[in-house]
Amino acid sequence: MLHLLFLVPLLPFAGFVVLALAGRRLSRGAIAAVGAGAVGIAALVAIAVSIDFLASPPAGHAFGQVLWTWLSVAGLKVQVAFYLDPLAICFILIITFVGFLIHLYSVEHMAHDDGYARFFAYMNLFVGFMLVLVLADNLLLLYLGWEGVGLCSYLLIGFWHKHWYNGYAARKAFVVTRVGDTAMMVGLFLLFTQLGTLQIQPLMARAAAAWPQGSALPVAAAALLLAGALGKSAQLPLQTWLPDAMAGPSPVSALIHAATMVTAGVYLIARTNVLFDLAPSVRMAVAIVGAATLVYAGVSALFQVDLKRILAYSTISQVGYMFLALGVGAWSAGIFMFITHAFFKALLFLSAGVVIDALDDEHDIFRMGGLRTRLPVAFWTFLIGAAALAALPIVTAGFYSKDLIIDRALQSTQGGFWLWLAALVGSLLTGLYAFRAVFVVFFGPSRTEPRAGFRAGLAVRLPLIVLAVLAIGGGLIDIPRGWAHLQKLDDFLAPVLPAVTLRHGGLAAAFWTTYVPAVMALAGIGLAFLLFQRRRQEAAEAQTSGAARYFLGGWGFDWFYHYVFEVPFLWFAHATSNDLFEPPVAGLAWLTRTGWRALSATQNGLVRSYLFVIGLGVAVGVLIVVLR
Amino acid sequence: MAHVPFEYGLYLAAALFLIGLVGVLVRRNLIFVLASIEIMLNAAGLGFVVAGSRWGQPDGQVMFIFILSMAAAEVAVGLALALLYRRAFGSLDIDEASRMRG
Repeated sequence: MLHLLFLVPLLPFAGFVVLALAGRRLSRGAIAAVGAGAVGIAALVAIAVSIDFLASPPAGHAFGQVLWTWLSVAGLKVQVAFYLDPLAICFILIITFVGFLIHLYSVEHMAHDDGYARFFAYMNLFVGFMLVLVLADNLLLLYLGWEGVGLCSYLLIGFWHKHWYNGYAARKAFVVTRVGDTAMMVGLFLLFTQLGTLQIQPLMARAAAAWPQGSALPVAAAALLLAGALGKSAQLPLQTWLPDAMAGPSPVSALIHAATMVTAGVYLIARTNVLFDLAPSVRMAVAIVGAATLVYAGVSALFQVDLKRILAYSTISQVGYMFLALGVGAWSAGIFMFITHAFFKALLFLSAGVVIDALDDEHDIFRMGGLRTRLPVAFWTFLIGAAALAALPIVTAGFYSKDLIIDRALQSTQGGFWLWLAALVGSLLTGLYAFRAVFVVFFGPSRTEPRAGFRAGLAVRLPLIVLAVLAIGGGLIDIPRGWAHLQKLDDFLAPVLPAVTLRHGGLAAAFWTTYVPAVMALAGIGLAFLLFQRRRQEAAEAQTSGAARYFLGGWGFDWFYHYVFEVPFLWFAHATSNDLFEPPVAGLAWLTRTGWRALSATQNGLVRSYLFVIGLGVAVGVLIVVLR
Repeated sequence: MAHVPFEYGLYLAAALFLIGLVGVLVRRNLIFVLASIEIMLNAAGLGFVVAGSRWGQPDGQVMFIFILSMAAAEVAVGLALALLYRRAFGSLDIDEASRMRG
């Protein structure tokens, strides 16, 4: 079964080709069947491959499949080859399975959109590139997938391209992530010139053999790769694109900007963990960036009024937790968080999509309210998603993954008190903003009535219910040590990712620290109840204060970038527009334009003048031959 | 029978060809343009015949037969075009057909 691996990325690509070429001629039913079916079958193949992998693990816990040689030039040989190991299995299962649920949801959610075929074509293309990214055997193929998902992100954020703002948001996402991608590309150049290969496994082996820990080269390479990861995963300071990316349709936000693409940075760091182990300072930076981002985004989320922007900032914040886990060396805890986050954040976006759809594209949470009885499916699923997001103890998947990260932030030898404290503050903030949304949107007096006759159909309800079940039960794959002997994910990932080294004694050993994260999450939820349920009116009015507006705008990052980068660049471009290079360029343009005028004048349509020119040409030709 | 130098024949052919060419260039009536093309074809044919007699070869006259039959075919197509042209533009002025502009 393992040799069917190539089908997993191939099927979504095939779906894209069919929809792109024949999308206009297909009926809506056929489009939905191709779009969702391609990802659904890919999910089945991925599950079959994974079962085969688990039943009889191949030698070295990895399976490679070479398809063809992509390019071979001057010592650089790059193959289109896939590499399946436990880490890649975690990602392909989530991408295809959650991807399929989101496609299924889109069948109904997007049913009345004009660009039905275009939507599914882009979505399939995205899934294909994402699978290439996580299955790639070498960094160049990984980079192809990396840029491919960036392209699809751009296309889908600007999906409703008739409104100017959506195009702006798409360009912003593309340009901001490009900053990180450029650094990443330089990192790839550095790795290739220094180590002579781009194949990930030999590269890691050579790096470990050639470079001493903490020397300049691994630090530079890891820092450049980290910059790429920061851009893709919307971490400080390249996080500004993600809130604007909410301009796309809700399923796009669920698939690309919550469950899969934004975790590509987490995948990259986990995949190149050897490199980050060689550069302790960069790994520390990963943890610090993660901790700073989760607090930053938590505070920002607390002041958003757009339901989807709340979820966008919460995504930034939760990916911050993953970075924190990676940074303190708790690699498998970061992947665990990725899995549970994919479930509950996709769930939150999809149920938010139902709410927004039912209220005729209303995004402002303060114009919602009382939707608990009017949209029961959306309410219960959103509640479960918010509970998992807030890490409600014991009953949700989010608790097990986040609790593990908070615990590791303190106990790991690379962790520390401040990282732990930031994670705890983040936990409190998460409970607060998640249940702020729940209370404001679903409780209290009704402000906007759902569209008459609105009812979520089966294709919408089924993904919501499946994801809700996973958001509750998905944590059971890894129960904290000491509670039960059930660390399936940890054991599964052990051959790929090094185990975390824990320190003993001090604060880490204190009994009460184990229960602090749970208390913080509950405190956040309780505080949300007091602030936003009991005192709804004051909460809505506080939204107009200066501080609230500051946090609403994401701490003024956009403003800062505008004045530090955009304005000087525009000034410089304007100031140098009449420099030395202007005359040759303008002259070339003049020459082209004049030539165009002269030549187009000869095309006057008069047969006789054409004949005259032909006759003249023949006469000149004869004369040249005769008089030579 | 008086012997005519072959250069005279070629001069005549060149003169006929020029008359035909000028006719094609200056005439606006499609029928006259076609007639001028016939004159040019005959000039070419005359050139072949003269050259054939100069070297005592039958090829020149064979070529003239070819040209004659080709000219007949060309006239058939040309006159059909003229008929359609007249229907499309209401006249035979070839400058009328300069309207196709991108």
